[in-house]
Formats: sequence, structure tokens, C-alpha cells
Amino acid sequence: MEVMNVLGGGFAEPVLGAQVAFRAVMGAMAEPGTIRDLPGDGPTPPTPLSPAMAAVICTLCDADTPLWLDPILVKSDAVSRWIAFWTGAPVTQNPVEAYFAVVSDPQAMPALESFALGSQEFPDRSTTIILQVADFHSGPGLSLSGPGIRVRASIAPAPMPRSFVTQWAANNAHYPRGIDMILAGPGAVAALPRTAKIANLED
Amino acid sequence: MYVAVKGGEAAIDNAHRLLADRRRGDRAVPALTLEQIAGQLALAVDRVMAEGSLYDRELAALAVKQSRGDLIEAVFLARAYRTTLPRFGYSRPLDTAAMLVERRISACYKDLPGGQLLGPTFDYTHRLLDPRLAGDVSIEEPARRETSDASMMRVSEILAQEGLIEADGAIDQARGVGDITRAPAEFPMNRDSRLQALSRGDEGFLLALAYSTQRGYARSHPFAGEIRIGEVEVEIEVPELGFSVSLGRIQVTECQMVNQFAGSAKAPPQFTRGYGLVFGQSERKAMAMALVDRALRAAEFGEDVVAPAQDEEFVIAHCDNVQATGFVEHLKMPHYVDFQAELDLVRRMRAEHAGSTAPHEQQPREAAE
Amino acid sequence: MIETNQAPDENQSIRQRRMAVLARADSAAIARCWTALGIDPTFTMLRGPETGLVTLRGRVGGGGSPFNFGEATVTRATVRLESGAIGHSWALGRDQDKARLAAIIDALAQDTEMAGRIDEAVIRPLASAQDTDDRSRVAETAATRVDFFTMVRGED
Repeated sequence: MEVMNVLGGGFAEPVLGAQVAFRAVMGAMAEPGTIRDLPGDGPTPPTPLSPAMAAVICTLCDADTPLWLDPILVKSDAVSRWIAFWTGAPVTQNPVEAYFAVVSDPQAMPALESFALGSQEFPDRSTTIILQVADFHSGPGLSLSGPGIRVRASIAPAPMPRSFVTQWAANNAHYPRGIDMILAGPGAVAALPRTAKIANLED
Repeated sequence: MYVAVKGGEAAIDNAHRLLADRRRGDRAVPALTLEQIAGQLALAVDRVMAEGSLYDRELAALAVKQSRGDLIEAVFLARAYRTTLPRFGYSRPLDTAAMLVERRISACYKDLPGGQLLGPTFDYTHRLLDPRLAGDVSIEEPARRETSDASMMRVSEILAQEGLIEADGAIDQARGVGDITRAPAEFPMNRDSRLQALSRGDEGFLLALAYSTQRGYARSHPFAGEIRIGEVEVEIEVPELGFSVSLGRIQVTECQMVNQFAGSAKAPPQFTRGYGLVFGQSERKAMAMALVDRALRAAEFGEDVVAPAQDEEFVIAHCDNVQATGFVEHLKMPHYVDFQAELDLVRRMRAEHAGSTAPHEQQPREAAE
Repeated sequence: MIETNQAPDENQSIRQRRMAVLARADSAAIARCWTALGIDPTFTMLRGPETGLVTLRGRVGGGGSPFNFGEATVTRATVRLESGAIGHSWALGRDQDKARLAAIIDALAQDTEMAGRIDEAVIRPLASAQDTDDRSRVAETAATRVDFFTMVRGED
């Protein structure tokens, strides 16, 4: 009875759960590189969507926010139905139309440039990518600087999109336009807002 | 400029307590129930739903009670409440052709399919106060008449059969259906967003503008093509079901105004139209909305914009009574510093004035400060 | 999901009709019929009951492009029975008890045998009351229909 698993598993307490998760995402955005815990009794989505991804989706997405799902997620009928039931968010095939991009396989992620970068007048109309990572410490070290960071911060999420540091530098160059990214790892989130400058830690 | 002012908490508490007392009035008189308000002051409740842009009779009745019958205050309460709710989605467009009609009239055709149905109207009453209503008089049950379910063709369809009237109205919606609750107002505005603003607009303001078009400020020679009041089914596509479900019915008033002609070298002359659609039984508002909708289409028909009712920024930016009351009533808030600056300025100007005119003229005595 | 020998379209339209009747009925009327049915299934709330808004759309001129013309309060609920059947309810207003009960009824009615009992005890009586109400209003309105007659002037 697949339908059971699909429709079960939102936040146990939708309002409180979303508030706590929102606080975590907001904190992560305000202080890039910090890792913020998500609420304990979070959603239990169908695989391959992780619970942390699901918590971010339940918190930020609704009928007004078109989502782009990566090819693995699009193939899962269960995931599409779970997202429809818990958020009502429409799914778009076109990354440029997406308010949020849900990426479960970072290494296969399309180039950052393929998503909406916003306009000079409305730089907020860009895509926010929600990226599913396995952890925040086993990947190549990233050194962060910029607003919300005292001097430097470091984080080592894995896996990350290909040529990420190079792509991110190009993203920085569009400022005030540009992509923001939320990294959802086990039970926690970190964020890379467009204002963050990123260098490889080894450099 | 505003300054933070502390103090006054006790005065405010006591003012609210006094408000509650005055609202309740004589305790020997029974308190109004929401059923009484919704049932017996139904059109006040409808107006609060329409201008509050929130269809919920019970909440609107509560708002009327809480606001002591100040309907703009009640509209404000309804608007404030709706901001606390999540939005589940958008309904499918209502099918007003399938309305369970409670009133339907046309001023264009005497005999039309479905007939002229007067419904519960104030028309033809003598507008004489009825002293019997001061008490609880017994009221007879409505008369009934068996009827075969005659289809009620729209008047616009009758005219459309001969091509004498423009089509219902197509809007370029490549960027989706306009929503003034989501996107900031930008002018020029699409007709869909204008209609949304007019539907929640202040009845008095729209009525006055509509009247102005009849008096020659953007005359469009209107006929009440059709007015219908009744219940329509609300349906929504439910993502988890994959099909649409009915949510129940709402009462609406629809007005199709038929206006004088437009045509060009390429297109023969035909009647133009204005449209009104409002929550509840709100005939005056629906008619005013339709007249103003037509006036605001001036640019579309190549008409000169010469009157207030044709100026979309003027109309749309000022038709919302919650915004209007907010800005007018904010003048009650402390402007002490602002005013000090003005006082200072006027004194300085007077001193300069005195300097430039003296000693030739005698200064008028300064008014007491 | 629904295992019957009826065509899926037919099942869907029966379910739509059932949900429409429940959406229009008031809480007390549903509860009366429900009590008469005498079932008390175990269920889990999957979502809600929760109250929110649906933006209502009209069409320009009645049949043209859609436009948003206001919001309505709507309450919805989703339940799961022990059998695994899932039921939904959506209705105008803020009645959360009604939403829960209507979702349970929708879930139960996915079993063909139970659907018969539910239609008999709940849906049919509610629908019949609604039809009577509609007919009565139509008749009251029809009594206000104007019957024009032409005054004859002169002789012959």
C-alpha cells in the first residue's frame, strides 16, 4: 500500500515544526557555514528524498512556489505525490521557472546558470536550490567569507556539484542577482547565500 | 516623523474596557447572536464579505458585531483575519451560467428565456418606513410557483448570436492570472487585476464613480444587460486526488452591463461591455463595478481618458477602503515633532514677511497661540 | 487504489458526487446520519483538520479569461483507516469536526460493500434534503417571475 507511505509523514506538528525549521534555515542563511539542527520529529518522506530535504520543503514551499525536481526525483511518483499533498507546490520542467530547485543528486545537478538568477529590479526572483548532502564534513573543504561571517568560516559538505567553486564565483559575479543554496544534511541545514564568497580550503 | 511615545497604557486599557461596555449597551437588552446578524442584517454581512474579500458569513457577522456596526472597521477585521490563514490554492473559475438563480433581471429585453425574476428585491417598495417592523411581527411564508427548469440564457449570448456584442473578454495571461494580493500594483494594470481590486473596492466610492460616468464624465451609455443573484458551486482541483471536488456553494451577484458601440475600419460596430461580480447579494455594488470596469477600458477602445472613472491609477489606488481608512486615520497618531517643525517654519516665514513689508504696512495682530 | 469492477471514471464521479454532498451538508446533519449508521472505525489523521483560504476565480464577462475575485475559508482533512484506505474532505467554512467526519466517510466508501451502506444511510438522505431545499428556492423565485401582458387599446 504505497499510498500510505506517500501521504503519511509530514511534520507531526505542522505549524511548530515549520517554525523551528524556518528558524534553522534563517540562522543558516544569516551565518553562512554554520550548521543548524532541524526539529527532531520531522517529516518521513518517500525515498530518495531525505527527511532533512523534506523538512525544508514543507517549511518553504507552497502553492505559490513552483518547484524543479532533479531527474531522480521526477522519476519517483511517490515523491511527486508526497510533495503535492504536503505543500501543494506545482512542479515545473523548466529550471528557469523554479522558485526552488530540489536536488537529490548534487553531482548530476545542471549548471547554476540554468536556474533563474532574478532580475536587476527583482533580484529576489531567483531560484533557491535545496541540495541534499550526505554530511557536512567529508567533502573538500570550502572556505567562506562575506556578510554574516566574522572572518572566515569553513564547511566540507559532500557530495557537491561539479566545479562548484568555479560555478559559485560566476554566481557571485551576477550580484545582486544570483542563486542561493540550502544544504540539507542529516538532521541539519547549512546555507550558501549569494553573498558568500567561496574558496577551496587547500588554496 | 514619528516619535516613540510611552505612557498611556492605563488609558488605552480603560478605553478598550469602555468600548466593550458601549458595544454591549444596556445589559437588560439581550445580546445579539451571530445568527441574528447573519440572518437579519444579511446585506451588511454581505458587504463585509465583499469588501473584506473573505467569504465566510459567520466571521463577517462577528466582525459586524465587534465593530458595533461600523462596516469599514468590520471589513478591516475580516482582512486582518484572512492574513492569518494559509492559502490552499485557487478554485476553478465559477460557472455563473449554472447559477441557482434567486433573482435575474434584464433591462434590455422584456421577454427572454427564463424570464424576469424579481427575487427578494427592494425595487418597487415605497421606501416608507414600516412601523410594524419595530416589533416582531409574523411574516408570511413566501409564495411558490411550480416551474419547469427553463434554461436561463445569458443576455450577452442572445446578442452574441448576431455578433452585435463583443466577446466575454480575453486577457493576455502568459504570466498567469493577476493577483493583487500577491503582486504589488503596477500600472497599467491588466483587466483581471483591476476586476479583483474593484470586487473588493468600497461600494460608496465605486457608486460615486459609476454615477459620474452617467453624468457625463466618461459617458458610455449603459444598459443593465443582465443582473443575476444566486448560488454557484465552488470547485477546486485537489492534487492528492487528481480530480476536482466541490467545496459547496457561495452566493454572488453578477452584473453584465451593455454599453455603446466600438468599431473600426476593420471591425463593424458592436456593443461593448462592463462586468461586475461581487460576493453575496450586492446589486448596487455589482452594477457600479461593471460601469467602472467599462470606463477603465478606455485605452482598449481608443477613448480619450478625460474623467476620473477612466483613470486606472486614480480608481484602483483609491478604491480600497482599508487602505484609505488606514492613511486617513493615521493622522490621529502623534505628529508632535512634525508639527513643531511646521510651527517653527511658519513663525520664520512670518518674521521674514514682517521684515520685508515693515515699515510700510501695519502688521495684523498675531492670532493667539 | 480502488478495487472494483466499475470503470474508474464512474467510480471517480460517484466519489465526487459523494464529496460534494458532504461538503454542502452541515455538520449536525452529517452527524445524525452517521450515528444512525452505527460504525466507529479506527483512523489516523494524516493531515488536518486544518482551515485555510481558497482564492475564488470568476471569468471576465461570465465566460472569458479567469480573474481572482476574493477568498473563502476552507477546511480540509485527510484520514487513514486501519484497512489502509485514505479519505479526504474539502469544504467551505471552518467546521473541523465536519471535515474529519467527511474524510472518514470518504475513506470508508472506498470499500464497495461499505459504499452501499454509506450511500443509503448518509449520502442519499443528505442529497435528498439538499434537492428539496433547492426546489423550494426555485419555486419561491419562480413566484416572483413577471408575467407581462399587453394592454389592448381601442376596439377589436
